[in-house]
Amino acid sequence: MANMCPYGLYTHAVVRGIPETFGKVVGDNDENKEVSVDLAKAQRQFGCLTGALRQKVGLQLIEIPADPELPLSWKIEDVAVIQGHTALITRPFREQRRSEAEMVRRMLSELGVIVVDMDDTQGNSEGATLEGSDVLFTGREFFVGISSHTNHRGAEVLADTFKDFSVSIVPVCGGARLKQVCSMGGADTIIFSDSNGAKRTLRMMEQLADHHYNIITVPEQSAANCIYIKGPSKKDFLLHRSADECPDSMSALQKLQDYNFLPTACSEASKLGASLSSLCLLVNKKHTYF
Amino acid sequence: MTTEAGSETEVKENAEEKSAARLDQSKKATEETQEVVEEGETEKEKEGKGITRYLPTWFKKQKSQSQTSPTKEDPPTEEPVSKVNQEEAHVPEVNGHAEEVEEKEQVKEKESESHSNASADTEPAGEEKVEESAQKSLGSTEETQEVAEKEEDKKEVEKDRGQGQTSIFQSPLRLVRKNKMKLVVCHVTLLDGSDFTCEVEKRAKGLFLFFKVCEHLNLLEKDYFGLTYKDHHEQKCWLDPTKEIKRQIRSNNWQFAFNVKFYPPDPSLLSEDITRYLLCLQLREDVASGRLPCSFVTHALLGSYTLQAEIGDYEPDQPRPLDYISQLTFAPNQSKEMEEKILELHKSHKGMTPAQADCQFLENAKKLSMYGVDLHHAKDCEGVDIMLGVCANGLLVYKDRLRINRFAWPKILKISYKRNNFYIKIRPGETEQFESTVGFKLQNHRSAKRLWKVCVENHSFFRLNAPEQPPKARFLTLGSKFRYSGRTQNQTRMASTLIDRPAPAFERTSSKRISRSLDGAPMISITDTSREAENGHEPHLELHSDSKSPGRVRGDNIYDHDKTQDEVLKHQASVSELKRSFMEASPPSPPQLNLWEKHLTSSPATAARVQQQTVVLEEEAAKAADNGDAKEPAKTTEVEIEETVVVEEISKAAKPAEKLQTLEGQVQGGTGLEKKRESISSESESDEEAEYHPNVSLSIRHAQIPEEKEEEEEEQERKELSASSSPVEVNQAAAAVEDEGKECAEEEKNEVGAEEPIKTPDKAPNGMTPHEEVMCVTTKEEELPKVNGEDSVVEARSQVICCSEPPVVKTEMVTISDTFAAQKSEIATKEVPIVHTETKTITYEAAQLDGSGDGEPGVLMTAQTITSESLCTTTTTHITKTLKGGLSETRIEKRIVITGDCDIDHDQALAQAIKEAKEQHPDMSVTRVVVHKETELAEEDD
Repeated sequence: MANMCPYGLYTHAVVRGIPETFGKVVGDNDENKEVSVDLAKAQRQFGCLTGALRQKVGLQLIEIPADPELPLSWKIEDVAVIQGHTALITRPFREQRRSEAEMVRRMLSELGVIVVDMDDTQGNSEGATLEGSDVLFTGREFFVGISSHTNHRGAEVLADTFKDFSVSIVPVCGGARLKQVCSMGGADTIIFSDSNGAKRTLRMMEQLADHHYNIITVPEQSAANCIYIKGPSKKDFLLHRSADECPDSMSALQKLQDYNFLPTACSEASKLGASLSSLCLLVNKKHTYF
Repeated sequence: MTTEAGSETEVKENAEEKSAARLDQSKKATEETQEVVEEGETEKEKEGKGITRYLPTWFKKQKSQSQTSPTKEDPPTEEPVSKVNQEEAHVPEVNGHAEEVEEKEQVKEKESESHSNASADTEPAGEEKVEESAQKSLGSTEETQEVAEKEEDKKEVEKDRGQGQTSIFQSPLRLVRKNKMKLVVCHVTLLDGSDFTCEVEKRAKGLFLFFKVCEHLNLLEKDYFGLTYKDHHEQKCWLDPTKEIKRQIRSNNWQFAFNVKFYPPDPSLLSEDITRYLLCLQLREDVASGRLPCSFVTHALLGSYTLQAEIGDYEPDQPRPLDYISQLTFAPNQSKEMEEKILELHKSHKGMTPAQADCQFLENAKKLSMYGVDLHHAKDCEGVDIMLGVCANGLLVYKDRLRINRFAWPKILKISYKRNNFYIKIRPGETEQFESTVGFKLQNHRSAKRLWKVCVENHSFFRLNAPEQPPKARFLTLGSKFRYSGRTQNQTRMASTLIDRPAPAFERTSSKRISRSLDGAPMISITDTSREAENGHEPHLELHSDSKSPGRVRGDNIYDHDKTQDEVLKHQASVSELKRSFMEASPPSPPQLNLWEKHLTSSPATAARVQQQTVVLEEEAAKAADNGDAKEPAKTTEVEIEETVVVEEISKAAKPAEKLQTLEGQVQGGTGLEKKRESISSESESDEEAEYHPNVSLSIRHAQIPEEKEEEEEEQERKELSASSSPVEVNQAAAAVEDEGKECAEEEKNEVGAEEPIKTPDKAPNGMTPHEEVMCVTTKEEELPKVNGEDSVVEARSQVICCSEPPVVKTEMVTISDTFAAQKSEIATKEVPIVHTETKTITYEAAQLDGSGDGEPGVLMTAQTITSESLCTTTTTHITKTLKGGLSETRIEKRIVITGDCDIDHDQALAQAIKEAKEQHPDMSVTRVVVHKETELAEEDD
């Protein structure tokens, strides 16, 4: 409920290091086409991100050590959906990824977050898949993108977990993930990609939303994924892809007034279908209800 | 005035002395009654209420003077009635001498008491009306100002309402006035779980009881609340304040619950703490029962505020608080863990006053996503189970707790229902050219109507500045004229600012809640099960509705037109499809459709029809009707049956008592606040269909009746009723047609019955009459005696529609799909089959044609009938005959059947249909209109 806290207020960030197996995805289907990634560069970019979160924004950073056995574990966002004091441990689409949750679960528990496991939820979760990168929480409601990795049942489990909020499902087109086409850019602001698929998603979202959100459209899809944080000092921070990664979108983002913009490169991770937000989980330990 | 007043008092006193029984009644009964009695006794009250009393006298006089015509009219009408009832005979006198009314009433009372026959029930209503009209109602029409003054004298806010909003609000009060009416004990379950018992007149309107409850609660901001009752199917329904209670509730179950009807989006804007407290009580119940889902943390938080409000600060030395707390129900699945959390949070609220705690409670509760959302089970066109949620912002569509669509009020152009279908027409988006219509299937048309009403009310309350006037006598239009009659949120907020009283003291008690919640939980579950049970019954329901459908003939081509399109649209556009696009395909639900079709095609032998409104009166009527009519399925047989029916009708006419009662009941029920027509229509609405244009006020097509005189109308109606031999005719005729019209209608009826065998058996009762009348009218105009077809109208058209529609639909579909679902385009193509389902081709046998009474010689070459399934069933029949000269003649007959469980505004529908048909096919003529009513003998049979 009643999230009485302003949106974007976080105290902690949970990240997971990038293993040497980065890029060697054993995945099935589409993702196993060889992508050449630069591990060192990826780790460097990861370091930039965590540095920004810790030093610029001022969050407490919790880094779960990398695990070579879990080559995708750095996409930590997929593994949990956190709202307030509650975290839902998801069931990623791929079986191999489900063991990633273990460490995350532990970390969140240590942070005092109530952890709900999707596998534990009664009956319902059979066949349910849900990944955090398909979940957009606006502070008022949830949107779950029905994508290649997240299905209807997964969304139902999410709705059961966060009963205070309405959970709307929106289609995500073209194999993308919801968070790849949009992300929050402020309490009432959603940054949206300009692609056709994203427009469809946006239209549906506007149809479903009780609240009116300001929409910022950016021409490059990579720019649509940002991390908005209201730092401890109540200042607005926006982590976004660097200008050389999405040159055309900078002007659109600049419309956000009085923001601290933190350009963060993410080129290597994005080659593996990740976005900026994929790399961290944000927690507000001081979340209050009244 | 003084003299008069004195006489009144005397009269009253006399009344007290003479009729002890009445005294008792009056004491218990209504406030006003009490006033009367008490005046004699207490001087205090005399002063306060004396004014009020005097006023009525006034009004009587004025009334009688100004409204001579109505009064005069009354007697003739009632006289015929009087044959049946002695008591009725008195009425005319009353009318004539307004001043003497009271005395006469007494006399009547005595008589009625002594006689104590069935007719007594009926009569009192009549008396009431007369009095009312004499005293207040008449005044209201012509002398609104005076009425207003009068009301001002009375202290209560209600009066404000009455002034601002037509006499609707007055009526309940006056209804109760001083008649010897039978009193009924009402049990109202209040929000704290306690029971409030009071007596009301049997004919009291919903508003009266509601006001009594509010008075008991000391509640001024009443507009957010309402009374509910359980209908025959254990469904919770809102008691319509403008209608008689008796006609709404299940027979003799005077059980009600006081509930929040409109959840204020921002409770902090409420003026009084007591209002917030009541809202809290409702929400606690909602939360504890699971109706308002919330997370663990929220449960704990809300529980802690509840504790703070009810027991105050946390007391550390309180022995074993956990034991205490576990007796309270905070959540559906309350765990020790939660209770501990509640206690922990409770500690942090120290120092918070109960009012503050309530505020905090509400601040948190209002943010819950399901706050104020009224959920209704429905299916999309594919039969996928969904939930429709009506709330302050619009209409929400859920599937398995997930929101899959949302229609904000501003986006909705029209809300309508037809049978068990519920439609909303959506304003085209920026990128779209066409309006789209989305359709949902509900369990039955009762559900559809209930949903529609809730939508109308919520839209009116939250979106309008002032309630929309109910559509006026629209002679040619279909559907319910139900409108929200209360104050809108804006108005109630305005009114709240005027509240000037010290904050009323009230007790927050948890003890009641404990007991209730313990009881309450099971109760809730019961309701749920009942719903499920209903689902189980679905086939039943459908059968019933089906049975009705065949019997009723209606011609509304226009509607068909629109409807066909609409339907197509709905089906195709249905949300389910949209969902489908991004979800797994859900299995279509063909069984229902099939059932429907079956029913439609085959005449309903099992006439047991569920009356949807579950009005007592209806039941009575049904019983009356039932005597004679057996519903017979076979079409061939129908003719004969009809004849029988006719006879019955006549006989019925002969015996006035029963009919009168039923008629009057209906009329009265309807009349109270709105015009009778409206009331009637609203009843009729129940079944078939209704439209509501959220943003546009409806234009009155044919307003035959002057709006102003509500009361007068009532009287007129009565008169008409009494005058007309057949009760049915009376109802509708009164409203729409003038006396002549009625007569004609009657005549025609008779003619019809005698001359031509009507395919559908007529059942005399109320609902049907309107049809007939309309028919009569139409026939006269056109004077085309013709074939058998009950409704003669457009033929080719329907066929065309059947074929042509699908493509059109497709296009529209696409649009829709674009709007809602991203990936749907493929679906559009799939949709066509659905349309197919709706169209049914039936070949009738020759025998039927003969039966239709076509006198022309010839050989039937072909007969093809196409029936499109919809609320209105349109049957187009092509008959090719070989005539003597070797010529072949093809006649196209169109038969439109309008079906519904309850009374419909058949006349309107019919008239419109005919009109449209004529426009489109000038060559066509209307040959016959048949009204057929089927009633079920006993509800228990269900």
